[in-house]
Amino acid sequence: MAQRYSSFDKGGRMWLLQRITAAFLLVVLAFHFFLLHFVHHADEVSFLMSAGRMETMSYYSLMVLFLLTATFHGVNGVYNALVNQGLTGTKRTVIKWTLVAASVVLIVQGIRTANAWAGIPLY
Amino acid sequence: MSQSYNRGLIEDFSRWREFEAGMWAWIFHKFTGWVLIGYLFTHIAVLSTAIPASGAETAVLQAGNDVYTQTIVSLEGLLLVRVLEVGLLSVAVFHMLNGARLLLVDLGVGLESQDKSFYASLILTGAITVASVPTFIAGAF
Repeated sequence: MAQRYSSFDKGGRMWLLQRITAAFLLVVLAFHFFLLHFVHHADEVSFLMSAGRMETMSYYSLMVLFLLTATFHGVNGVYNALVNQGLTGTKRTVIKWTLVAASVVLIVQGIRTANAWAGIPLY
Repeated sequence: MSQSYNRGLIEDFSRWREFEAGMWAWIFHKFTGWVLIGYLFTHIAVLSTAIPASGAETAVLQAGNDVYTQTIVSLEGLLLVRVLEVGLLSVAVFHMLNGARLLLVDLGVGLESQDKSFYASLILTGAITVASVPTFIAGAF
């Protein structure tokens, strides 16, 4: 019988989400690199310039969405890589929830940072 | 009838001489993925210096003497950081181009030429990285 090599559950929602976030990240990551390295330059960074961008609601929401999708795509990718390597049982459950906890920390810290720039007093 | 192909474990890297384009693409995609998620955590950690900086006086912010601006400026002043940024760009560009290739393959587009599109991803990554070096290094000296 032909073997399945995929680490995703058959017909799973995670498979689709990994691809939807990939398509979104392709565009937004390219924009991020272009804006922050080619339009603005790395050695010109300042708090006020970063704050100026983040005070715009469209930029703020795009960056929050960027953080959410990148975290999901990256952490889910790591989880799939580990499952591919043969991670099973209790170890798999422990690592899964450790990755979920790490994602929550990353997202909370990222949003706190964005709020600090945007002047939103939730940080 | 479905056929069985026993290709063995791709994780068995001692078999690398037998690997074909698609396997290398798989390995590079995984490697660049690990680098990118590692970088994302580092990136947010460094950017978090904006949290204490936001409490600084306006004059301090205008002079760029806050902890965020100082952290970024001193990091960007290091040639090593600039070189690592070029490395990060190449890793990101490859992951994006190969990722686009994977999305197309998933949609059933260009499956027969998946090896050629992998080589194209590699060449384009090299070209974009080399072309970006002047911008990424500017002001480091």
